[in-house]
Amino acid sequence: MTSSALALPRAAWRPAWVTERAPVLAVVAVLFVLWYLAAFLMNAPQVRDAFERNDIKYTLTDVIAGTMNGDRPVVPAPHQVVIELYDSIFGYPLDSRRNLAYHAWVTLSATAVGFAIGAIFGILLAILIVHLRTLEKSLLPWIICSQMVPILAIAPIIIVVFGAIGIRGLLPKSIISAYLCFFPVTIGMVKGLTSPDPIQLDLMRTWSANKLQVFWKLRWPSSIPFLFTSLKVSVTISLVGAIVAELPTGAQAGIGARLLTGSYYGQTVQIWAALVAAAVIATVLIGIIDLIAKWTAHRMGATT
Amino acid sequence: MTARWETIGFWVAAAGLLLALAFPLSSEPAPAVTARTDLLLAIVAAAAAFALASWRTAFSALFGLVGTALGCAVTILLLRDAEIAGYADWGYWLIVLATWLGAILTSTRLAALPTGDQTARWLRDLAVPLFFGAFLIYLWEVTVRGFGVSPVLMPAPSSTATRLAVSLPVLSEDFMQTFVRSVLAGYAIGCGAGFLVAIVAYRYNFLKRGLLPLGNFVSALPIVGIAPIMVMWFGFDWQSKAAVVAVMCFFPMLVNTLAGLAVAGAMERDLMRSYAARPVQTLVKLNLPAAMPFVFNALKINSTLALIGAIVAEFFGTPTHGIGFRISIEVARMSLDMVWAEIALAAVAGMAFYGIVALAERAVTSWHPSYRN
Repeated sequence: MTSSALALPRAAWRPAWVTERAPVLAVVAVLFVLWYLAAFLMNAPQVRDAFERNDIKYTLTDVIAGTMNGDRPVVPAPHQVVIELYDSIFGYPLDSRRNLAYHAWVTLSATAVGFAIGAIFGILLAILIVHLRTLEKSLLPWIICSQMVPILAIAPIIIVVFGAIGIRGLLPKSIISAYLCFFPVTIGMVKGLTSPDPIQLDLMRTWSANKLQVFWKLRWPSSIPFLFTSLKVSVTISLVGAIVAELPTGAQAGIGARLLTGSYYGQTVQIWAALVAAAVIATVLIGIIDLIAKWTAHRMGATT
Repeated sequence: MTARWETIGFWVAAAGLLLALAFPLSSEPAPAVTARTDLLLAIVAAAAAFALASWRTAFSALFGLVGTALGCAVTILLLRDAEIAGYADWGYWLIVLATWLGAILTSTRLAALPTGDQTARWLRDLAVPLFFGAFLIYLWEVTVRGFGVSPVLMPAPSSTATRLAVSLPVLSEDFMQTFVRSVLAGYAIGCGAGFLVAIVAYRYNFLKRGLLPLGNFVSALPIVGIAPIMVMWFGFDWQSKAAVVAVMCFFPMLVNTLAGLAVAGAMERDLMRSYAARPVQTLVKLNLPAAMPFVFNALKINSTLALIGAIVAEFFGTPTHGIGFRISIEVARMSLDMVWAEIALAAVAGMAFYGIVALAERAVTSWHPSYRN
């Protein structure tokens, strides 16, 4: 094992994207191969049974073909998921219940509202905690404890309570995702708002800045990197919250409802397609926040 | 908040308590508080305690605590009257509000208590959140019962506690199913697998550079969504829940362990080389101990993730016990006190789990700078 401190720089003829991308591509390729293999191995008994029940002679090629195109496979092959995704997005009108894009939109809107509520609440809470010593002592431990509670378990209650007082649809789901996603923002922002050095705070004092000025000109700007890091974490959490909030009440629309109906009727391909859709939404949301973070950093004069 | 405002606040709280005597307790015909000597005495004593607490002395917090306790006791006792529970009026809510104000100020005084030694500070830092939490439960109780909120919407903490005490056998069965079988098994498998794969990936740089971005990507995905697939593969019993938990725990463990294994600096590794340590020895004596803070970070993250994963997975199909199963059934039956009892169980289990992991961390990584004083 050579020490990296002594190691010479790697041969320069390999461009950077090869050394960076090649391992990732290789791992992803291996995963796809494993996926196809799993699809074959786990679907084969089912396919073979079907042939034998109907007394049809079959060869290995028939079995392979069967495992790749089964109607309700145990493991759908990747291409089946892709085809299902394409069909369910472009095969129906946009407002149809059978359109995945419609369900994704329902979940996305609940996520967006919940994320906005959670982020604003989290930031306000952090500001209060940083400025009031009592709150830091008394509230912060409970905020941390609250995340040890499986909050998702409260989801059905919140939906029932809101339903009883006449609020239905988007808001209860958003409240659940807000409840889940405020935590990383609060913790990150408490860290960020307290990140200025004592020496900087002292400088503000020598300029006889009041608390508001210290906040706007020192604390808030220096907490921005922390803010975006925690926003990236909490946006996924709020998506999870919105999906899970759709489960317990047997919601009519949304990715969670899609998962639930898929599991009731054994529509495996539908479940996988919904999962891929959720993954794509999560990736896009994180990408958007990343872009905003970069733009903000640029506007604030970051050099890199 | 300056000391001046605190003093004024305590006086307002004391005045509020006395003012409450002039208002009716209930919108129904009910005997006024002045007709009950014991409660009247308690209110006056509470007001006196708040007034005494307004002086900034060493006993200020103590007086505040006494006043808060008396105020809470009076309001809880008053709820025993059928005329007050559900029909509480201004007189009643003034007592509650005044007690609330007193409690806020008391916690401020409590948090500002000067402490000399370690134990005293530790006690104070424990007492403040405990006081806060207890008062929150009190407010919940009083609000629900004072306004007569339907138990179908929001049960009072007391009825949840009663329900919890009555249905201990059911709860322990659910605990066994969800926590001991699903969570612990899945947690052990997921964390163990993540740890081992991380060590292998550390050894082979190609694998590491392939897995790390992938691990970061997957950690950001809503993994609970795989629950219906796992239920389909592994059946309704705990195996499917353990599988969900294992997948959820795998990637945080992988990413954190990889980060931890890279912590040991070039200097330390060169030292191991100069001792002619074999790669395995370097791993066991240098890299793994150095990685422990990161490993425990993952263990702590996973301890909360695991419980959520198991409960959500139970929404997709389960045998007739388990925390998630009970919650979805009892919500449908509108018996929310049982739901809250299950949530309390899950919360206590989750906190205990986290606490045990944190204690183990303290024992294993006692050398870490964050534990130095």
